[in-house]
Amino acid sequence: MKSFFNKQHQKLIADPMGDQNPITIQVLGICSALAITTQLENALVMTLAVIFVMTSASSIISILRNNIPNRIRIIVQLLVVASLVALVDQILKAFLPDASEQLSVFIGLIITNCIIMGRLEAFAMGNKLWDSFLDALGNAFGYGWILVAVAFVRELFGSGKLMGYEVPGFNYLYELGYMNNNLMILPPMALIVVGLIIWMQRARNNDLIEEN
Amino acid sequence: MDLVNIFIKGVFIDNMIFAYFLGMCSYLAVSKTVPTANGLGLAVIFVLGITVPVNYILENQILKAGALQWLGDNFVSVDLNVLSLIMFIAVVSAMVQLVEMIIEKFSPALYSSLGIFLPLIAVNCAILGGALFMQERQYSTIIEATSFALGSGVGWYLAIVAIAAIREKIRYSNVPAPLRGLGITYIITGLMGIAFMCFMGIKI
Repeated sequence: MKSFFNKQHQKLIADPMGDQNPITIQVLGICSALAITTQLENALVMTLAVIFVMTSASSIISILRNNIPNRIRIIVQLLVVASLVALVDQILKAFLPDASEQLSVFIGLIITNCIIMGRLEAFAMGNKLWDSFLDALGNAFGYGWILVAVAFVRELFGSGKLMGYEVPGFNYLYELGYMNNNLMILPPMALIVVGLIIWMQRARNNDLIEEN
Repeated sequence: MDLVNIFIKGVFIDNMIFAYFLGMCSYLAVSKTVPTANGLGLAVIFVLGITVPVNYILENQILKAGALQWLGDNFVSVDLNVLSLIMFIAVVSAMVQLVEMIIEKFSPALYSSLGIFLPLIAVNCAILGGALFMQERQYSTIIEATSFALGSGVGWYLAIVAIAAIREKIRYSNVPAPLRGLGITYIITGLMGIAFMCFMGIKI
């Protein structure tokens, strides 16, 4: 535990990316993951916001952890997270008004994003600052890559664009009679795409399979 | 008639789960059996029905631009909207705590059936989502806001009871091993969402 970045720290970062992924395994933070993945750009903005809020909140709670009375800890956690989210909300409104408009209430809902509360409760309340920071970073990235993957699939097949730009080869496909699948843009497809990601992940690693 | 419209819209067209994915975490985690789903669903209706009107009063008397006029003319230009997120979540968690204490005192039977779910609800996205949608859609009276809250609560309740019933049955079917549990629940919810989409565009 002496070194600054040892094996254990590496595990804190790597686990949430794969076998301990917050979305596909721990079932945390799903609400926002599904609702804003129609466009890659929104998914990236959301990921950045969550990374910021989560690392800051985990660090703050980890510093305060010995001074928080047990009975009111949830309210303390919520208020720390809410202040950070209010900050992000104002920054987005000032610098990225379009994205802020499209994400509407979902930036506010980062507060109740279970992934943040879940990690605060399960990890930051009982671990040191640096460990909690890394755990938050790992989980935020684990959340982010699923978001970006789902948004990539949905935007590519749903509107034939990526990051709002036309994809070069698609012109020829349209001439051949290819059409965008509008179903991909509608909410239910997000669930099905995440379901398929879970399927792939568990098919590769049989330890993750649940008993019915 | 307007109130009924808002209510039905909340239940079917703007369903919290199928149209906005709010409260998904508890929806997936607590839907293994029907009785628990039933308890959580009722608690959500209850808490939504209380917190949205309270937040509505807060929004219109304190937070909105110009809402502080009742304090005097100097306050007309004050806009406290920046604070709305923090205020809403504080109200939600305080209300949940209060409701828990009241139920514990007056109806121990209800408390023991809802008890475990109540603290969970403070961090249920559907509750804060209800408050934020209320702010965004600007309902004109508090009764309309309450009707919206109850409608979304009932919509959420229907969704979680339906998925719990399906999950109880699906235990007997032959699902591919990697899809068992979480995976198949996602896909079923997606299919239910597609079914719910037929309510879209209905004008009542």
